[in-house]
Amino acid sequence: MKNNRRAFIKLAAVAAAGLAVAPKAMASSGGHSPVKANPKGLHAKQWAMVIDSTKLHSEEEIAKLADSCHKIHNVPELTGKKEVKWLWSDIYPHTFPEQENPHLAEEVHHRHYPLLCNHCEHPSCVRVCPTKATFKRPDGIVAMDYHRCIGCRYCMAACPYGSRSFNWGEPRKNLDLANLNPKFPTRMRGVVEKCNFCVERLAVGDMPACVEASEGAIVFGDLYDPESPVRKVLRERFTLRRKPAAGTEPCVYYVI
Amino acid sequence: MHYGFPIIAGLVIFIGLLCAPFALGTGKTYKQPEVKLPAGEKECIESVEFMREQHMVLLDQWRDWALRDGKRIYTNHNGKEFVISLQNTCMKCHTNKAEFCDKCHTDAGVSPYCWDCHTQPEGLK
Ligand code: SF4
Ligand code: SF4
Repeated sequence: MKNNRRAFIKLAAVAAAGLAVAPKAMASSGGHSPVKANPKGLHAKQWAMVIDSTKLHSEEEIAKLADSCHKIHNVPELTGKKEVKWLWSDIYPHTFPEQENPHLAEEVHHRHYPLLCNHCEHPSCVRVCPTKATFKRPDGIVAMDYHRCIGCRYCMAACPYGSRSFNWGEPRKNLDLANLNPKFPTRMRGVVEKCNFCVERLAVGDMPACVEASEGAIVFGDLYDPESPVRKVLRERFTLRRKPAAGTEPCVYYVI
Repeated sequence: MHYGFPIIAGLVIFIGLLCAPFALGTGKTYKQPEVKLPAGEKECIESVEFMREQHMVLLDQWRDWALRDGKRIYTNHNGKEFVISLQNTCMKCHTNKAEFCDKCHTDAGVSPYCWDCHTQPEGLK
């Protein structure tokens, strides 16, 4: 009897040790967590952008930026209601509808302003997404996981800025297949897409494409680093953000 | 038994049909699809066995690591590092989707939708 109990307890101990080891052994293929960020990548607490609309305001100049963005991201060219856009332009009353006044300087009123996803600090699009296909990364970028998007378009309804587009049809039908950027995927029918603040470029240490193409009219940096170029401009110049009353805290600022 | 004959005949036909695939298949041996391996590379990012059994698990993990966690460098079981990317890492060696990916996928009757978005190295037509 005594012996038996001792044997039983020994066995139990071995079994318990086995249990503690087993999950690790079983997960050894996937559980070896072998990933890290690219050491060349750029990091921030909240990426933000300041666009100097005194330097960059004609439709053509902005179309050039949109072109470079749409080319490297294989954004299909469509017009009308099925349009897909990551960067586009519009006039003052549509850009800042809450900050209009009837006697605004004419030049400011008729200027074109580059528009894109604001990568809001409190993004309403993220809050409503039922599958978490759109989510906020630790660096503040509001990203899209196209693998997970079910095309319900709640995010489009929730975004106060119209920053998102839906792929009604097969996007590849409207791409120049001979001149795709082979490094970046295309999308499929039935997903929502938008500007991604060029996460794939930040990950390898490059600035966003539109920032590079703007020749200094757009600055990009960490909103929470007082020394960042973004904060420097914000300290020195008067800026506006789009629809502040929506409460989403947009991170794209406009020098007026 | 009423209708005895038709019932028995029906049963025989039914069981015959049920067994037909097995009967027709006997004697034939299964031949594995012959995939075209990369010419220049001898080693994949993990062992052949690992890739054969788990490439789909790995790719699934890769997409979450890269896209959702922002971790785009993968260290394999031998300590070698790779950039996490189906399009820019895998397909750089496996330069022919039709001769590599499709061969097995067609054979196994699976059609993953990776290439609805990721472009294959031979380009799109
Ligand atoms: S601008 Fe719209 S899509 Fe972009 S983060 Fe804000 S709410 Fe979301
Ligand atoms: S930040 Fe990148 S994705 Fe967004 S509009 Fe500029 S170029 Fe396009």
